[in-house]
Amino acid sequence: MRDITIGQYYPGNSVLHRLDPRTKFVGTLMFIISIFIFHTIPGYAVATVFLGAMILLSGIPFRLIVKGLKAVLVIMLITVVFNIFLTPGEVLWQWKILKVTKEGLILAGKMAIRLIYLVTGSSLMTLTTTPNQLTDGLEDLMAPLNRIRIPVHEIALMMSIALRFIPILMEETDKIMKAQLARGADFESGSIIRKAKNMIPLLVPLFISAFRRANDLAMAMEARCYHGGSRTQMKPLRYTRLDLAAYLILIIYLAIAILFRIFGI
Amino acid sequence: MGIIKAVKLAFDYLKYDDDGNVEDTQRAVDDVSLDIQPGQFIAILGHNGSGKSTLAKQMNALLLPTEGAMYVDGTDTAKEQDLWKIRQKAGMIFQNPDNQIIGSVVEEDVGFGPENLGVPTDEIWRRVDDSLTRIGMTEYRKQSPNRLSGGQKQRVAIAGVLAMLPKCIIMDEPTAMLDPNGRKEVIRSARELNQKEGVTVILITHYMEEVIDADAVFVMEEGRIVLQGTPKEVFSHVEELQKLRLDVPQVTLLAHELRKSGLPIPEGILTAEELAGALCR
Amino acid sequence: MSIELQHVSFIYSPGTAYELHALKDISFTVHDGEFIGIIGHTGSGKSTLIQHLNALIRPTKGKVLYNGEDIWEENYDRRALRSQVGLVFQYPEHQLFENTVLEDVCFGPLNQGLSKEEAEERAKKALASVGFREDHYGKSPFELSGGQKKRAAIAGVLAMDPKILVLDEPTAGLDPKGRDEILDQVRALQEERGIAVLVVSHSMEDMARYAGRLIVMDHGAVAFDDVPGNVFAHYEELEKMGLAAPQLTYVMQTLRANGLMVDPAADTVEKARDSILAVLKAERQGVV
Repeated sequence: MRDITIGQYYPGNSVLHRLDPRTKFVGTLMFIISIFIFHTIPGYAVATVFLGAMILLSGIPFRLIVKGLKAVLVIMLITVVFNIFLTPGEVLWQWKILKVTKEGLILAGKMAIRLIYLVTGSSLMTLTTTPNQLTDGLEDLMAPLNRIRIPVHEIALMMSIALRFIPILMEETDKIMKAQLARGADFESGSIIRKAKNMIPLLVPLFISAFRRANDLAMAMEARCYHGGSRTQMKPLRYTRLDLAAYLILIIYLAIAILFRIFGI
Repeated sequence: MGIIKAVKLAFDYLKYDDDGNVEDTQRAVDDVSLDIQPGQFIAILGHNGSGKSTLAKQMNALLLPTEGAMYVDGTDTAKEQDLWKIRQKAGMIFQNPDNQIIGSVVEEDVGFGPENLGVPTDEIWRRVDDSLTRIGMTEYRKQSPNRLSGGQKQRVAIAGVLAMLPKCIIMDEPTAMLDPNGRKEVIRSARELNQKEGVTVILITHYMEEVIDADAVFVMEEGRIVLQGTPKEVFSHVEELQKLRLDVPQVTLLAHELRKSGLPIPEGILTAEELAGALCR
Repeated sequence: MSIELQHVSFIYSPGTAYELHALKDISFTVHDGEFIGIIGHTGSGKSTLIQHLNALIRPTKGKVLYNGEDIWEENYDRRALRSQVGLVFQYPEHQLFENTVLEDVCFGPLNQGLSKEEAEERAKKALASVGFREDHYGKSPFELSGGQKKRAAIAGVLAMDPKILVLDEPTAGLDPKGRDEILDQVRALQEERGIAVLVVSHSMEDMARYAGRLIVMDHGAVAFDDVPGNVFAHYEELEKMGLAAPQLTYVMQTLRANGLMVDPAADTVEKARDSILAVLKAERQGVV
C-alpha cells in the first residue's frame, strides 16, 4: 500500500522544479504529442535525448523513475503482447493460431517506447511539481472555462485536497481491514459476488470516516475564513525568463518533430 | 469589555424529522456568561457532552447563539457582515490534527488563512515565515504534513492560525488524540505564545494537568458553568469534581485524602513541592 | 491457555531504503488471567507487537506459540486463532458497519460459523458484559455516543469468546468518566471470565491502578517487564525513553527529598496516603 510512488513530489530545487507549473504542463503535453509524431529511429533518438536531458536537469534519481514505470508494467506488457500477436503482416514465427509478424514486432516496439516515454514524461512533471502548484497551474490554464460556468477554482481545490487525503485514507483502509480480519472477516476466498459482499465491513466504515473527515475539514476551512472565490495567492504563478527559455526550447523541439515527420526522417 | 464576552448565552441543537420540521430541541449550552480579558490563559473543562465544544464554536461564529449574545473583541457574532472579521480575530484549533490541515506542504497550509483574507503575496510570505519561526516549525516548512507526528501537525495548525494575526486562539481539545509527548509539545507552544507574546488562549480539555497553570478555569456540566475560579480555587472542590467524574491531579487528591485523615493541609494543593511544604512544616 | 513469543523480530520493508527494525528479539509469555499493561511512546513498536499476537503480522524472525503450537506452522488455523486472541484496535468504534448494534456484534461469531441464534446469544452476553444498555441493541451504531460506540465495538470482539483480549489504547478519545468505565469493565471481564487482558496505554496512572504486570517497550525492544511498582522505581530511565512515572512517584520522591521517608513504590493515592500517615505517626512517636 505504501509503495505507490508514481508521481509523488520529490523535493528539490532544480531548473525543472523552478519552472512554472503551467510551463511544465504545456511542456509535458508537447512532449507527449512529439512521441506520437516521431515514427522513425532517428526521431525516437531525438525524443530520447530530450527526455534524458530533462531527467538529468531534474536531479531526480534514475531508480525512482524506473520504480514509477513498474506500476504500469502490466498494462505495457498487455499492449506489447497484443500488438505482437494481433498485427497482420509478414509472418516470422507461428504456433497454431498464434503468429508473430515483423510489423507486429515493430509496432509493439513503438508502442512500448511511447508508453514508457509517456509515463516517464508525465511523472517527471508530477515529481518536480507539488500537487498544489499543479492544481494552481491547471486552474490557471483552465480559467477560460469559468466563462461557461465551470467552477475551476473549486475543482482545483478539490483535487489538491483529494491528493492530500489519499495516503491518509489508504492507511485507514489498512487499519480497518486488519480490524475486521481480527473479527474473523475473510476478504480472500469465495466467488466474486461473495467477495464483493465481504467488502461491506471494509467499505462502510471507510465511507463514514471519509464523510467525517470531509465535515471536519469543511469546518476547519470555514474557521480559517475560506469563502470560495476572491482570495490572494501565496505562490502566484509568474512566468520568469526561465519559462521563456523553456517555451523556446519546447517550440524548437516540436518544430523538429514536425519537420522530421514532413521529411519522413 | 474583554476579548471574548458571552452574555446569558444559550444554544439549542435542533433535531429534524423526515419532513424537515423541528422534532426535538436539545439545549447544549445554557445561560453561560463569561468575560475573557486580553492576554489571559483560560481553560474550560468538562466531560464529553458537557457543552464545552458547542461553546467554543460560538466563539468564532461557527455556531450562532440561540439566546443571549457572544461578542468577539466587541463585535456581536450574530452580525453576518462581520463574520470574516470575527473568524480572523478568533482563530480555532480542532481536535483531529489530520482533518484541519488543507495544504499538502506545511508552508502552503500556513498560508491558507492569509490567502483567504486577501493578504498580498509578499505579506503572506512574511507572515508564514514569522508564524513558523514562532512555533518552531521552520525546518519542516517544505515537508508534507503526512510525515509529521500528531503534535507537530497541531503546531502547524497553530502556525496557520497565527498567520491570520488573531487576537485570541481557541483550542478545542487539541490534545485529545495525541500521545503524552505530543500533548506536552502542544501545551508548551500554547503557553509560550500566551506568556511571551500575550496571545489570549482558550484551552478546552479534559486533561487536568494541562490547566493547573491557567489564569482561570471554567468547569462545565450539562451546558452550564458549574465551577469557576483560579486553578487553586477550582481544585479545592475535590469532591465536587469527583462527582462530575472529572480527574483531579493525583497530588491534589492525595492532599485531600490526608486532610480528611486529620492532617492540617490546605485545600487546592497542585504541586508536589506545595505538599512537601505543607507536610514538613 | 498461554501465548508465548520467542525471540521475535520484525523488520518493515526489509532490503529497501525504508527498512525499519520495528521489533528486536522480543520474548515473553502471557499466562491465564493476567492483566498486562503495554507502555511505550509512539513508534516504540507496541502496535506491531500486538499484531503478532493474533497472526496479523508474521515475525521476520522468531516464533509465536499459542498453547505450545507454532501459529505459523503450515496447517495452523490462523482464522480460528483470531477468535481465541481477540484484538481490539485503537478507535474500534470506527469499524462498526451494520444497521444495528446487535447485528454488528454478531459479525464475529457468524464468521466463526455459529448459527444466527447462537451468534445472537453470544452477542447479547458480550453486550451485557461491557455494560451496554439493552434498549439500545436495536439502535444504529452511528447514533451512539463515543463511549457507547466503543463498548459496542469491544463487545464485537468479546462475542467471539476469546481467551486472551488485547486492547490498543481502549481509552483514546474518551473523557475521564468514559475512561474509568471502560477500564473497570475490562477488569471485571478479566476477573469474571478469567481471561488474560493486555492493554496498550499511554497512561502510567491508569496502568498503576489496573495492571498487575507492565511491559515497557523502547525502540522495538522490551525495556522492562515487571510489576508496576518496580517499573516506576526506574523513573529516571523511563524519562529517557520519553515516558514518565505516575505523578505520585514524583510526589513520593519529592517528599523523600524533603526528609520524609515515605514508600517510594506507592503508586496509588491510597497506598501513598497510608505510607505518609504511617511515617508521620512513627516520627511523632520517635519525638515522644
